[in-house]
Amino acid sequence: MSNRAQKLLADIKNKNARAIGKAISIVENETELCDDLLIGLSESEMPQYLVLGITGNPGAGKSTLTDKIIAHYRKQNQRIGIIAIDPTSPISGGAILGDRIRMMQHATDSDVVIRSMATRGRLGGLCSCAGATVRIMAASGCNPIIIETVGVGQSEIDIVSLADISLLVSAPGLGDDIQAMKAGLLEVADLLVINKADLPGATALFRDLQMLAREKEREITKTIASTGEGVDKLIKQIELLEKDYNESSYILKKREASKKKEIIDWSLEMVRAKLEKNIEHFALTNSDPRLQAKDFIKQHLKDMQ
Amino acid sequence: MVKYRVLIGKPGLDGHDRGAKFIARLLRDEGFEVIYTGIRHSAEEIASVAVSEDVAAIGLSSLSGAHLKFFPDVVSELKSRDASDIRVLGGGVIPDEDIPILIESGVETIFTPGAPAADIVASFRKACEAHQKENEGNY
Amino acid sequence: MKAQELLKKWKETTLAKVIARFPERKTEFKTGGNLPIPNVALPAEVDENYTSTLGMPGEYPYTRGIQPTMYRGRFWTMRQYAGFSTAKESNERYRYLLSQGTKGLSVAFDLPTQIGYDSDDKMSIGEVGKVGVAIDTLADMEVLFDQIPLDKISTSMTINAPAAVLLCMYVAVAEKQGVKAEQVNGTIQNDILKEYIARGTYIYPPKESLRIITDIFEWCGQHTPSFNTISISGYHIREAGSTAVEEVALTLANACTYVDKALEAGLDIDVFAKRLAFFFNASNDLFEEVAKFRAARRMWAKIMKEKYKAKDPKSWMLRFHTQTAGNTLTAQQIDNNIVRVTIQALSSVLGGTQSLHTNSRDEALSLPTTESVQIALRTQQIIAHESGVANTIDPLAGSFFVEQLTDDIELKANKIMQDIEDAGGVVAAINDGFVQRIIEDSAYEYQMEIERKDRVIVGVNKFVVKENKKPETMKLDPAVEKNQNAALKHIKQTRNNDRVSETLNELRTAAKGTANLMPFILAAVKEYASIGEISNVLRDEFGEFVSKSI
Repeated sequence: MSNRAQKLLADIKNKNARAIGKAISIVENETELCDDLLIGLSESEMPQYLVLGITGNPGAGKSTLTDKIIAHYRKQNQRIGIIAIDPTSPISGGAILGDRIRMMQHATDSDVVIRSMATRGRLGGLCSCAGATVRIMAASGCNPIIIETVGVGQSEIDIVSLADISLLVSAPGLGDDIQAMKAGLLEVADLLVINKADLPGATALFRDLQMLAREKEREITKTIASTGEGVDKLIKQIELLEKDYNESSYILKKREASKKKEIIDWSLEMVRAKLEKNIEHFALTNSDPRLQAKDFIKQHLKDMQ
Repeated sequence: MVKYRVLIGKPGLDGHDRGAKFIARLLRDEGFEVIYTGIRHSAEEIASVAVSEDVAAIGLSSLSGAHLKFFPDVVSELKSRDASDIRVLGGGVIPDEDIPILIESGVETIFTPGAPAADIVASFRKACEAHQKENEGNY
Repeated sequence: MKAQELLKKWKETTLAKVIARFPERKTEFKTGGNLPIPNVALPAEVDENYTSTLGMPGEYPYTRGIQPTMYRGRFWTMRQYAGFSTAKESNERYRYLLSQGTKGLSVAFDLPTQIGYDSDDKMSIGEVGKVGVAIDTLADMEVLFDQIPLDKISTSMTINAPAAVLLCMYVAVAEKQGVKAEQVNGTIQNDILKEYIARGTYIYPPKESLRIITDIFEWCGQHTPSFNTISISGYHIREAGSTAVEEVALTLANACTYVDKALEAGLDIDVFAKRLAFFFNASNDLFEEVAKFRAARRMWAKIMKEKYKAKDPKSWMLRFHTQTAGNTLTAQQIDNNIVRVTIQALSSVLGGTQSLHTNSRDEALSLPTTESVQIALRTQQIIAHESGVANTIDPLAGSFFVEQLTDDIELKANKIMQDIEDAGGVVAAINDGFVQRIIEDSAYEYQMEIERKDRVIVGVNKFVVKENKKPETMKLDPAVEKNQNAALKHIKQTRNNDRVSETLNELRTAAKGTANLMPFILAAVKEYASIGEISNVLRDEFGEFVSKSI
């Protein structure tokens, strides 16, 4: 490992905000130091940490709930990491990362490490750099680490699968919520949260969710994030689940699965870069592109390191 | 390809965020990743977020006449965090005679009302490119 | 019906009643070339459609104006928004403005005051006295209105989240002048919803803010019956980038929210509705602006009569203040702004405004100089006294174009109001950022038109010249913050601090319960409790709002 990477790692462990920020950029942009840095983030030397996923439709109140969860852990003097993910505009490739607004009260608390991340339209979903970011935060002593996403689309489902425990947040009056849950998020969520539980429609939503929850043996917790009501109960449920998952070794199985997913994601990223480079020199024929792809892969997959 | 990350913030109590929001959207549409921190924040908060988000540049907007206080404050808060490489750009209702004072304090560029969007984007791009050259994504 | 019949009936009833008490400015109105000018011009035949959509001035649905004499009775109130630095300096500017012919004051407060911070609060550093006058305690307010008789002039205060505190200070100063609360006249802006949407000087969350607002409605109904308890403002929504249609829609949607809350609190609609005032923007597109004012008047009349079933015609009337559009002022070739302001001011007069502020040419650069303020006021005076547009009522009525625009604005604004209702009402739409997004989208589109040069801004993206001479700008005394803090410190040392604590504790108890907060705030204000101390008690109890829009 290079000296610079060693210095960076040491600074991360010393909770240096600048170092943590830069390290995440290095992983995100896959710059020169990236591999060296990742060598130093091996799981065996890492302190214990829990990864919480929080997802749900826009308007469900995720950021406010996250804010309250942060406050809870800070009261217990725990250092906490948050990765807030927003979609990249498919047209410009840019993004507005606005989740920060709701968490500004923690801006100067050096034990709340927040990083906003754009999906960047990666081929392999987001697991690659989000996974590494989790480990950078963990190395700096963060526990738990929260990954917050907008619950629409495949890459968000991927993100939830990175978490040890994932929360699916919904609220009354969002209409298509239940449909989206049926469509897949419910499969991966560990806890169901009904936020804005004081609004009319909360009871009806609870009833609707209950049928699904029973089928999957999931708990439903009601919260009012704006006042903090129900957050303590939610945290208790998280702790119970964590204990349960640890005792049954389910958490290990989950981490293994997510590690594999991460490997696939990184591979796809790497393969894509290579393929895009090599296609420049590929001699096109008249056959169908699918058939040509088979030839193309045969020619190039071998030397992909 | 490296994406440029920038922060758009409003220091002080001024709530007129039309300009700041326009710049945030404009930069998004030009391919930047924009951290928008909203209204009413201290220089300390803005600098602290800029460091943890590892942005290349900060755009500050002020319409209340408090720029002479807040813009230099952000620059010095960055300095105290060992982050003087992060560029600071500013805009708003800023009298001509204040511009040299702000530049002297370490603000890179000042935009006044009517500044064309293309110029603003170009300045951010230039600041980010310079920042990247200086850092090369390294530590 | 023949127009002459309608006119005769109107003159004998609606007009006669008013003229008996308030005669017109002249016995006879004539054009510059001595042609006679009618009170109100009408088509030869007036059918059912005419009376239901336009009607007569001073009659439902008030499309043509809320009074039967309008500016033939008296001109709109020329009310210039001003305030900066300390109370003493602002007081001097007010007395200057009064000596120059303004009829009403309009107070601009600095940002710490507007957000309920004392001048010596950490949050206030750098902002004290910058965009308006700094007020910490009753002592500042006494200086602000020194030698200004509060029973004779009306005062508009641009204050929202801490409106209750400033209103109590105003009432307390009046009492010290020997003026009773029921004699004071004016307006507090008190429109918190548009702060969440567009202007940013909110403190508490919507629910608690709306409680304070209904407390004010109730208290004023009993104690200051001629004070306008709210000025529901489209102005800032427009400044934030909305279109004219959105300005009307969002303003009236907010207004309905306040009415709903007041009704929920058990107030009588025909008591509080009369004290609701409105505040609109006057921008460059002359005919669209005129149509906007007319459409808003008609829409509000229908809402109040048909939806809320108000009985008193005064509850149906949309009374409004107008300010010319600050966002259209350019920093380039600033004298061009005088022309823009003239067109905008004209639109509001043709649209039937009750009062008007004209912006100064140099406001894209800094606070206005005294000279620029004078030109802005003269612009109104020239429109009033020289242009002749004030001599007949609603002169653009019946123009095919203006009537079409008026109908169109009503239709499209109603659609947006329906969308907001479908989204769960204004408060839900604010919390979700729905309303903010409407404005942001329009603002972005407008700015991109300028960037593409699809929209010409003279002196900015076309007809640009190199300007060498820089205009004189207003400079503030840099010692303001220090002086203000010293004065506050002195007050805090010399007041009865036991009484301050007592009154603040009583306010806290009241805030925990459901009692009307106004008497408690008034008691604290009279003991020279500061705006920061009072607001902090409520911050503790109510919490603070954080916007999530973008």
